[in-house]
Amino acid sequence: MRVGVLVFPGTWSHQDFAHVLEDVVGVPWGFVWHKDTSVAGYDCLILPGGFAHGDYLRCGAIARFSPVMEAVVRFARDGGPVIGSCNGFQILCEAGLLPGALLRNVSLQYRCQWVHIRTENRTTPFTRTLAPGQVLRLPISHGEGRYYAVPETLGAMRERGQILFRYATADGRVTAEVNPNGSLENIAGVSNEAGNVVGLMPHPERAAEALLGSEDGLPLFLGSLGCALKR
Amino acid sequence: MLEAQIFVTLKRSVLDPQGETVKSGLHSLGFGGVEDCRVGKFMVLRLSETDPERAKGQVEEMCRKLLANPVIEEYRFQFREVAG
Repeated sequence: MRVGVLVFPGTWSHQDFAHVLEDVVGVPWGFVWHKDTSVAGYDCLILPGGFAHGDYLRCGAIARFSPVMEAVVRFARDGGPVIGSCNGFQILCEAGLLPGALLRNVSLQYRCQWVHIRTENRTTPFTRTLAPGQVLRLPISHGEGRYYAVPETLGAMRERGQILFRYATADGRVTAEVNPNGSLENIAGVSNEAGNVVGLMPHPERAAEALLGSEDGLPLFLGSLGCALKR
Repeated sequence: MLEAQIFVTLKRSVLDPQGETVKSGLHSLGFGGVEDCRVGKFMVLRLSETDPERAKGQVEEMCRKLLANPVIEEYRFQFREVAG
């Protein structure tokens, strides 16, 4: 069991993920450089946040063509668990591994704050350690997190349970006031159809220790590791 | 040599807060006649290709694969002859 943490030029959350994997969860892990052409030996892949390739043109648009992404796409198509947070979510959308896209926040401002997200679907491998409707308190830190998908795609995602998390109040109400970026239907996290690829804007790696103010990110780590173990 | 001028904007169905903000700025300046504003990207490419039909095919593919994201954006382009 070994977790691969992808690093592109401009990625910045990889050390935080590495710290949680090493010191909090205690699983073997390794960095995967964007020029690598293989992800052999890894059972789960993480795409951390940051500004891969400077986010030039569009967030994730250039990262998608990094050599390693062909191997990531193959790994995902074979059912391998892949989780993308923040910029990693944007890259997975650009790569076509997740539906939709992430646009400039409706406020046009960078948002760095704590949010609450409500678990909408707990039947995916990533979210199965959560209770139905469980509310997690996690930080966000992004300028481009406004989730968008065309209405037909969104409808299909709703039916298939691909909407995993919505921004909500601390007691789990989904309201416009707590939507930090203008995402459609307050969407904070989604999965692909098969459920093995997950993307979310919040940062679970920054909320995995009580010392840092929240341990709510931990279940997502444990869910994805369990998912890797089961394969 | 051919120069390709490419315009990329958010689709009509996608909210463009930048465009909205610029519009209200123009209104504040007294340009009340501005009914809509969309902010996009303008890219200029110089191509070694000289055949307009082949250049068109190439730029179309570039837009589809990288320069625009079809989920949220639309694009159009035009060419002009430039001295090599």
